[in-house]
Amino acid sequence: MTGRLVRAVAPDAPSVRIRIDGEEVTAYVGDSVLVAVLAARSALRRHEFSSEMRAGFCLMGACQDCWVWLDDYSRVRACTTTVADGMHVLTRPPDFPA
Amino acid sequence: MTGVAIVGAGPAGIAAADALVAHGVAVTVIDEGREAGGQIYRRAREGIRFDVDALLGADAANYRGFHQTFARLRDRVDYRPQTLVWGIADRRLHTLRAGKAGNVAFDALILATGATDRVLPIPGWTLPGVFTLGGAQVLLKEHGCLIGRRVVFCGSSPLLYLAAKQYRAMGAEIVAVLDTTPLAAKIGAAPDLLAAPQTFVRGLGYMNALWRANVQLHHGVKLAAFEGAGGVERVRFRDRSGREGTVACDAVAYGFGLKPETQLADLAGIEFRYDAIFRQWLPHADGEGRCGSGVYIAGDGATIGGAQAAALTGELAACAVLEDFNIKIDGVVRPVMRRKVARLRRFQRGLARAFAWPVDAIRGLDDSTMVCRCEGVTAGELRASIGADFGPTEVNRLKAITRCGMGRCQGRFCGLAAAELTAHAMNTPLSTAGRLRGQAPVKPIPLAISPAGSAAAAARGETSAPA
Repeated sequence: MTGRLVRAVAPDAPSVRIRIDGEEVTAYVGDSVLVAVLAARSALRRHEFSSEMRAGFCLMGACQDCWVWLDDYSRVRACTTTVADGMHVLTRPPDFPA
Repeated sequence: MTGVAIVGAGPAGIAAADALVAHGVAVTVIDEGREAGGQIYRRAREGIRFDVDALLGADAANYRGFHQTFARLRDRVDYRPQTLVWGIADRRLHTLRAGKAGNVAFDALILATGATDRVLPIPGWTLPGVFTLGGAQVLLKEHGCLIGRRVVFCGSSPLLYLAAKQYRAMGAEIVAVLDTTPLAAKIGAAPDLLAAPQTFVRGLGYMNALWRANVQLHHGVKLAAFEGAGGVERVRFRDRSGREGTVACDAVAYGFGLKPETQLADLAGIEFRYDAIFRQWLPHADGEGRCGSGVYIAGDGATIGGAQAAALTGELAACAVLEDFNIKIDGVVRPVMRRKVARLRRFQRGLARAFAWPVDAIRGLDDSTMVCRCEGVTAGELRASIGADFGPTEVNRLKAITRCGMGRCQGRFCGLAAAELTAHAMNTPLSTAGRLRGQAPVKPIPLAISPAGSAAAAARGETSAPA
């Protein structure tokens, strides 16, 4: 799957490894979760009330259409959260332990 | 005295902080951004460097001036970045930073919350690859990223031409610029637009540059749909003579001007009045931003005026605070500032005509079009609800029944369309459809939050380290 966003300026920053639904991808220090995921994927998450995929919309913390799950069961707003090395982003809700 | 709290670190908030600090007033600046700048002066993040002059052109000097002012102020105010103000009660702001709750008491509050894109629902607007126009610019300024390779800019806004020019300069293919307002309306608005002649001429320059670059440029179009499987692949539209057109793309940026972020103004108890030009309910203030009870408002969060007007109204609001605190004001000529603000607002009224909110497009939305993208509520569901016996006649009741506007964005992106649809279905003026009331928390907060270092936070394994 190819990325949706285009890095017009190559980041001059150390790379970090994150996982998206288990698959490892490279991102850069300073990337938002949204940038990191959409540079590698075409969408961010599945909408809660339909089968639609979403990729954010306002890109400035207002529309709340980019909340994603992390594998520690927390949720983050992808456009305003900075990636961290080892972060595991889930585009669907995680399987909760019984 | 506990001091002045300012919400927002864009041009309005920082101009206000600057004036207050110069008069020895203790100021707390709370901002959701990673760094000061708001949306307009958004700074590139770590590792992203580009030629600011090339990207921002005539705005580069203002951008630099803003960040120089902020660098000077940073250690002289209590600056709290990446902090959400989610509620206001009993003269306290309730805040959230990196999962930690806090609050800030204030003697005076200046709201400088800025704006977001004003959008309307269009079939396919929830497809991946469709973004707001302002968002497309912010992504470029902060992350050096483009929303796609082949981009359509559409809607109606002066920013269409600026954003398209910036995207082109950074390597995107501009497939088309589709402006929904006819050229005649732009010419008709020229007298008001000449209230800010430099900005007007600059705008014409952007249009001309795209035209000379052979970018497909249409005025007076009707946007029919954004289409694609799994992501946007094309935009369908009708040109001004009614001919159908389709442009292939992998991204769309669209917007219809800006809309103030007024949720906190609502929680602060500010009175709202209907504005017939912007077709919106706006917070009411006197000519210097006073809203009563120690609350003041400035910048695009009050009424759209642009960055220059934001800085001027921020300074005016600070002067109003000083006056109300009985502090002598030095070095400010308020009548001159008020005249400048009046001129800039006249320019914005011109823009509102030159780049019109397409009311007919909303009224004509197909029943199947999703209006509320959070909750997935369609135009047809809204019309059915309004048309039912004893159906809702204003938007808050409509929200209670249909959930339109009840989702995470709190109606920021569907509220105006819902009001237009309600008024149209009722055959009443838009003002009677009301406005969605702001509710705390104004943005999502975790279900469980506790003060940093508290026993409850420790029990959940949270550390008290700052973010």
